[in-house]
Amino acid sequence: MTGTINSLLVVVLLVNLFMLGASRMRGLIHAAAAQGVILSFMPLLLAARLDWIAVVVASVTIGLKGLIIPRILHKALRDAKIKREVEPMIGFLPTMLLGALGTVLSLVLAAHLPVVGHPVSNLVIPVSLSTILTGFLLLTTRVKAITQVIGYLILENGIYIFGMLLLAAVPFLVELGILLDLFVGIFVVSIIIHHINQTFSSMDTRQLTALRE
Amino acid sequence: MLFILILIPLLASGVALLMPSDRSRPWLLPPVAMAHLVVALIAIDRHSKARLGGWLWLDPPGRLVLLLLSVLFVICAVYTTGYLRYREDRSNRVFVACLLFFLAAGTLVAMAQHLGLMWIAMEFATLSMAPLIYFNRTARSIEATWKYLMIGSVGIAVALLGSFFMAYSAMGSGPPSLLFSDLMARATTLNATWVRMAFVLLLVGYGTKMGLAPMHTWKPDAYGEAPGVVGALLAGGLTSCAFLALLRINHVCCAAGQQQFTSHLMIFMGLLSMAVAAIFTLGQKDIKRMLAYSSVEQMGILMLGAGIGGIELFGALLHMLNNGITKGVLFLSAGNIHRSYQSKSTDEVRGAMRRLPLSGTIFMIGFLAITGSPPFGPFVSEFTILTGGLQDHWYWISALFLLLMLVVFIGMGRTVLTVVQGRPLPGRPASAYRDRLLTGLPLVVSLGLVLMMGTHIPAPLAAMVHRAAVFLEVHP
Repeated sequence: MTGTINSLLVVVLLVNLFMLGASRMRGLIHAAAAQGVILSFMPLLLAARLDWIAVVVASVTIGLKGLIIPRILHKALRDAKIKREVEPMIGFLPTMLLGALGTVLSLVLAAHLPVVGHPVSNLVIPVSLSTILTGFLLLTTRVKAITQVIGYLILENGIYIFGMLLLAAVPFLVELGILLDLFVGIFVVSIIIHHINQTFSSMDTRQLTALRE
Repeated sequence: MLFILILIPLLASGVALLMPSDRSRPWLLPPVAMAHLVVALIAIDRHSKARLGGWLWLDPPGRLVLLLLSVLFVICAVYTTGYLRYREDRSNRVFVACLLFFLAAGTLVAMAQHLGLMWIAMEFATLSMAPLIYFNRTARSIEATWKYLMIGSVGIAVALLGSFFMAYSAMGSGPPSLLFSDLMARATTLNATWVRMAFVLLLVGYGTKMGLAPMHTWKPDAYGEAPGVVGALLAGGLTSCAFLALLRINHVCCAAGQQQFTSHLMIFMGLLSMAVAAIFTLGQKDIKRMLAYSSVEQMGILMLGAGIGGIELFGALLHMLNNGITKGVLFLSAGNIHRSYQSKSTDEVRGAMRRLPLSGTIFMIGFLAITGSPPFGPFVSEFTILTGGLQDHWYWISALFLLLMLVVFIGMGRTVLTVVQGRPLPGRPASAYRDRLLTGLPLVVSLGLVLMMGTHIPAPLAAMVHRAAVFLEVHP
C-alpha cells in the first residue's frame, strides 16, 4: 500500500518538473489533468474499505480535473487563436532548476517538522509542499492568463495532497464543495480570459497595467 | 431557522435568474433583504440551536456579522433599485442574482462552525462578487476583476492549506478535525509548531480577503472600478466575514497557548496596514481608490484591536459594525458623485455640494465619521481601542495608532474637500443625474445609523457586542 502511494507521489513530483519545463500550452494542460487524475485515485487506495461515497467523490474529481476543466482550458485556448507557446518571464531551464531546488528544500523542511499521528507515507508532506511551490512558480513566472490558471490548479493539487493526511476530517460534502468552488472559479476565470482576449487582443497579463498609483 | 436564513436569498437568486424583465427584477431585492433581516433578527434573538451536528451555529461574533451583513444589504438593496434605473443599457440579470447569492454565502460564513465549510462559503462569496466588479465591461474593469480573482484565489488557497494544517495539528490526540468546537475542546493537545504555521497561512489567506497590507493590492483596483454599491458590500460585508474567520481562528490558537505569537503578528499586520494606507491616501486623486485605502486602514484598526485583546477586542467588534455601515454611506454617496460627474478624479470633480447637495454633504459627513470625528460611531469604537491601549500600557502602539489616523485624516481630507467645495468646473459635460429618493434615502438612513452608534448604542446591541467579546476571550 505505502509502496504504491510513494511511487504515485514520485510520479506527481516528476509531472511537476515536466510542467515547469513545458513549452507547449497543450502539453501543460494535459500534464495538469494527468496529475489531477493520479491524485484522485489516492483516497481510494488509502480507504480501509471501499464505500460508495469515496467512489463517488473520486469519480467526480476525475471527471472534473481530468475532463471538464482541461476541456474549458482547451476551449479558451482555441477561441483565443493565439500562439500555442508558453511565454515565460524567466527561462524554462532556470524555472526547472528553481523547482528542483524547491523540492529539495521541501524534503529538508518536512524532515524537520514534527510528525503528528501516524501518516501513511513520509512523502506526503514534502510532495505537497513541492507541488504548491510549483504552482506558485507557474503563477508568477508565466505571462499568459491561461498559464496562471494552470498554476492555480497545480497549487490546489498540492493542497489536495496534504488533504490525504486528513481523510477523516474532510467529509465528502466538504470535498465536493471545494471541488465545486474550484470548478466555478475556473469557469468565471475563463470567461474573464475570453474578455481580456477580446479587449486587449492577447492573453498577456503584462498588458494589465492601467490601474496603479 | 438557520436553514431558512440561507435559503431565502439563495432561492431569490434563482428566481432572479428566471425573471424575464430587466425593469421589474431589481424590485426583488428590497423585499428579500427585508425578509432576511427579519428572520436574522429572530434567529439572533432566539439564540437558534446548532444544526447539522454542530456545523451550523450562530456563535456570538457570528451574530454580529450576520446583523451587519443583513442591515447593510437592506440599505444596498434599496439603493440598487434606484441605481439600476440608470443602467437600463444592459441586462441586470447576473447583477441581481449575484448580489443575492453573495448574501446567501455571507450568511453561511456567519454561521459556519467548520473550517472547511467556512472556506467554501467564503470562496463562494468572493466568486459571486467577480461578475459585479466587471459590470461596467471596460478594459479597466477587466483588469480589476482579473487581479481580484487571481489574488483572491491564491489567498483563499493559502487559507485552505492553513485549515488543513490546523486539522493536522490535532492528530496527536485522535482523528483530525476541522470543527471549531472539537478544536477548542482539544486545544491544549494541538501540536504547537503546526498551529503556528496554520495561523500564519490563515492570517495571510483570510487577510488577503480583508485586504490587509501587503496583500491589499487588489482592493484599490476592485473598489475603484466596481459600482458604488458593490464597493459598499465588499468593504462592509466581505471584509467583515473574513475578519470573523480570523477571530474564530485566533480564538482556537489562543486556547492552544499561542496567544503571544498570534497577538504580535496581528498587531504588526494591523500597524503595517494602517501605515500603507496612510502613505497612499496622501495625494490620492481618485475618490473610490481613496475609499479603498481607507478600508485598508480600517482593517488594520480591526486587526490591531483584535490582536491586543481585552477591552480593545470589544472596541474592534464595535468598530467592525461602525466601519461596515460608514463604508456604506461613503461608497454609495461616492457612487452618486461618480455618476453625476462621469468621473471620480479630483481633477474633474469639484463643487459636489453645489451640484448634489445631499450626496455631496453626506460624502463629507461620512469622511468625518470614518476618520473618527465625534459624534459618530467610529469615534466611539476607535476611542475605546485607544483608551484600552493606554490602560494596558501599549504606549508606543497607541501613539503610532493616533499618528497614522491623523495622517489618513489629512490625506483623505484634502481629497474630500477638493471634491465637495467650490464650483463645478466649467466646460465639463453635466449628466442628468440628480439626487433622487431611491439613491438618496439609503444614504440618509445609513448616516442615521452611524449617528445612532455614536450617540446612543441600543442596549441589546451593546449586550451582543459584549457577549461576543467575552466569548472570544481566552483565560489561560
